[in-house]
Amino acid sequence: MQDVSYYRPSSIKEAIKILSEHGPTAKVLAGGTDVIVQARERTKKITAFVDIKKIPDVMGLGIEGHRGLTIGAATPMYQIYNHSGVQEEYPAIIDSANIIGGKAIQGRASLGGNLCNGSPAADTIPTLIVLEGTANIIGPNGERKIAIEDFCTGPGKTLLQHDEILISLHFKRPAPFSGSRFIRFIPRNEMDIAVVNVASQIQMDGNKIESSRVAIGACAPTPLLLKEISNFIQGKELSQDLLENAAELFNNLITPIEDMRGSPEHRVDLAKTLFKRTMNDAVIRSNGEKVQ
Amino acid sequence: MVSTQKKADKTYKVIGTRPVRPDGLDKVTGRAKYGADIQLPGMLFGRVLRSPHAHAIIKKIDTSKALALPGVKSVITHKDLPTAADIALDLGETTSNMKWLCDKVLAAEKALFHGHAIAAVAAVDPHIAEDALALIDVEYEILEPVLSVHTAMDKKTPNIHPNMKTVDMIARFQAGEPSKVQINNVASILDLELGDLDAGFKEADIIIEREFETGTYHQGYIESHNGTAQWNENDEVTVWLSTQGHFNARDVLSKLLQVPMSKVKVIPMEIGGGFGGKIPMYMEPLAAIMSKQTGKPVKMHMQRDEVLLATGPTSATYIKVKVGAKNDGTIVAADAYLAYESGAYPGSPVGAGAASMFLPYNIANLRAHCLDVIVNKPHTAAYRAPGTPAAAFAIESIIDELAEKLEIDPITIRMHNAAEEGTRTSDGRLAPASLAVKELLEEAQATEHWNAELSDPSIGRGIAIGAWGNAGLESNAYASINSDGTINLNTGSVDIGGQRASLAMQLAETLGVDYDSIKPQVSDTDSIGYTAVTGGSRTTFASGIAVVEVGNKLKEQIIDRVATFWEIDASQVHYGDDGTLNGPEDKSIKFSGIGKILSRTGGTIQASATVKPNTQVATFGCHIVDVKVDEETGKVDILRSTALQDVGKAIHPAYVEGQIQGGILQGIGMALYEEYYYDDKGILKNASLLDYRMPTSYDVPFTETTLIEKPNPGHPFGVKGVGEVPIVPPLAAVANAIYNAVGVRPNILPVNPRRLSVLLKEKNKK
Repeated sequence: MQDVSYYRPSSIKEAIKILSEHGPTAKVLAGGTDVIVQARERTKKITAFVDIKKIPDVMGLGIEGHRGLTIGAATPMYQIYNHSGVQEEYPAIIDSANIIGGKAIQGRASLGGNLCNGSPAADTIPTLIVLEGTANIIGPNGERKIAIEDFCTGPGKTLLQHDEILISLHFKRPAPFSGSRFIRFIPRNEMDIAVVNVASQIQMDGNKIESSRVAIGACAPTPLLLKEISNFIQGKELSQDLLENAAELFNNLITPIEDMRGSPEHRVDLAKTLFKRTMNDAVIRSNGEKVQ
Repeated sequence: MVSTQKKADKTYKVIGTRPVRPDGLDKVTGRAKYGADIQLPGMLFGRVLRSPHAHAIIKKIDTSKALALPGVKSVITHKDLPTAADIALDLGETTSNMKWLCDKVLAAEKALFHGHAIAAVAAVDPHIAEDALALIDVEYEILEPVLSVHTAMDKKTPNIHPNMKTVDMIARFQAGEPSKVQINNVASILDLELGDLDAGFKEADIIIEREFETGTYHQGYIESHNGTAQWNENDEVTVWLSTQGHFNARDVLSKLLQVPMSKVKVIPMEIGGGFGGKIPMYMEPLAAIMSKQTGKPVKMHMQRDEVLLATGPTSATYIKVKVGAKNDGTIVAADAYLAYESGAYPGSPVGAGAASMFLPYNIANLRAHCLDVIVNKPHTAAYRAPGTPAAAFAIESIIDELAEKLEIDPITIRMHNAAEEGTRTSDGRLAPASLAVKELLEEAQATEHWNAELSDPSIGRGIAIGAWGNAGLESNAYASINSDGTINLNTGSVDIGGQRASLAMQLAETLGVDYDSIKPQVSDTDSIGYTAVTGGSRTTFASGIAVVEVGNKLKEQIIDRVATFWEIDASQVHYGDDGTLNGPEDKSIKFSGIGKILSRTGGTIQASATVKPNTQVATFGCHIVDVKVDEETGKVDILRSTALQDVGKAIHPAYVEGQIQGGILQGIGMALYEEYYYDDKGILKNASLLDYRMPTSYDVPFTETTLIEKPNPGHPFGVKGVGEVPIVPPLAAVANAIYNAVGVRPNILPVNPRRLSVLLKEKNKK
């Protein structure tokens, strides 16, 4: 562990002031499930934590009619997956929130933290991408919005500046006859980092695919939105052959690495399998039905 | 959920019940004192600098900047260790050589594995000690790491220890003279032989030869290693630590620190798991030396990554086995070649694995060629039935294949070859007494699980058995009777798995008193006689014998005192099973009234006993497991798990079942999930519990248990050691279940999704 200063501001303005004064070694603290470990294991130089959990703007979540869903960046996972509106309309967020770490982690871990940590294998980012999420950010120079698909720039790297704070994530209301699904593959059933994870979103017009979004994690330096897949299947009749053919595109779309969690060959195979499974489940959900 | 106990005929009052453990309340409320709870005035905190390289010459260590950091009180390197004499100490389950031990606790000329201790710092707080580590300059000359037994034994690979000679092992744990065959990086060779191998194979109708590999597995105890040392001005050293054997710790510290044994006092704290891994010591000598230098107590506590990097896991193995059988299933010959990684220093459990793998069977012609191989990985330590899970994986996989090829039921073929009284073992000795292989297999055959239908073609069922011997070794026990009729019981056995309860129950049964009236305690090295480690499945067995002997001695004295009190002859006093003493003319006194009599007849009575039992038995376990295989991803899910085991006599059946369930869980971890992942430079990439994957409660279902009680003739209540054998069968049982489900035989464990998907792809190509 390193010696760190701890601040608990009660407003965004105050938090940004502390971050600006301390410089890049001051880190925003939400659930702390990543940054406290980084400080303890000295994998990052951290001299101060700015705990934002007492700032009302970043806590809680709500659905406002047609305007969609807003989730405070520091809202813990358990509040998200216990929210009936999210369960009803954004089931892929539940898929992700449910499997982060373990139960104890989910009491603290947040979507904002998972996004800002910028892990290529993050379990919520593919979902946030396929749901066309937007990141609302405030810094010394005011507010800005970033599409989540553009947010991560490399392992542990994002567009967020050191004196900026991710306030909330926004998702538009899902279109009719649309569904989404996230599946992670891990060797165990709990407490693990994805070997591969895939989120798929689909909007159907009868048996025809009106539109789709597919994102994959743990196969590139950042989670990836795979427009090539969506382009390939758009406007076509849904069939298992179509999904098989689309899955073959993964051979050229991703070049995963060899590491302790998986081999390139196994990751490509898993990507194909998870793509087909998430698509089939998303279609089931687009009909208003539940998946197993 | 099923828990079955096949009762022994004799009935007891206390034995066989399931009381709460005496240490339970303190443990669940957090009041129990573990090593991390030690706080002493003026205490310093120690940390260790570890090698970032797997194999490197240490050219220079400059500690001056670290020493100059405010708050840093001591920085030590290998040079600060008292000269290490080259003396072997018998440590029960493992052999420790002082020279190797000195080098292991602080590297001398070379760093021999990633995580090898290079220097240690003591400072006024742990953060400053960590900061100081970064200020120690070490100049390394990086050498090519040796990372597998095959590379290590290659003629082109230099010896990691240039002066080491390959020696012949006389017995499993005893090194002999230099061998005629010198193999690079092989510390020792052991050959076990029985019968005529060539003649045996000539009789065979079918011969199967297969190669197997298993990974490096860590014991995964919850509590990380810790130790606090206080070196007084009069050269008396007190050490508080988490250990499986505080007397061994005392003896090793005395030799390593060159302090007389009488001046070292070791106080065992509560222990949060060991499984064999808390027999060796790592930081305690460093804490002691830094305490000597500073005059302050020094506390050291490993982080989890240090536990994985630098303590002793079990050996990764390469095993080749050839088995010949007749068409009727009779195994006529078996030949095994076992090369076990010992890590940076000699001492893998290859001999134990080789001896145990054939123990369940009666095979007339046997050979096991065992090699103990040095590699640039942490020095291996004992881990629950050391060396045997890997060896059993090999033989039990081949027997499953034999059964399939000969179209014989897997239990029937095992029954046909089962060892029984009079069978010779691989080292030519008679099989241990009271062996229960046939009883075990009969019970397995009768389980509901074995006979249940498989509901889905992707589900497979596997079975395997395994063996492990009990250690005897020395135990001491002492008891005294309080004036209120309660009894203080002191032993030298650290309580890892409920030993306070199992020993108190044996004393209560002997004396005919309630379990609650016994107050068991673990005594430090100054307070009771030498007692060997809690390990080797020995404590409830061996320390149990000592406790029963203490009970019998107390009974004799009680009879004498009561006779004195009643003014009759001792032969007229009858000590009843319920602890009531009766004499002529309706004279009667309950045990609770004894205290008053004692105070009027000379005071408290006490008794002690030392035992070193020679009667050693082996225990046998069986695992039946159902798995479901996802052929698209290679993932295996455990659906159902049943374990059967001969336990001799279950003193506390719930704790026996817990031992079995825990062992099964660890065995499944070895089969499917766990392994050290090294890169090609020998850097351990998964030194965390995130990526060193132990199974969680989501991965392994409740294991149903059947306890078979075939009494051990060498123990007054028939106890056999139960703790280790359950880890032996699951590796092969899971592999056999996978074959049953999808038709591929895993020969490398863990068969994680990546490995299984490769096997499945090969199958689908055919």
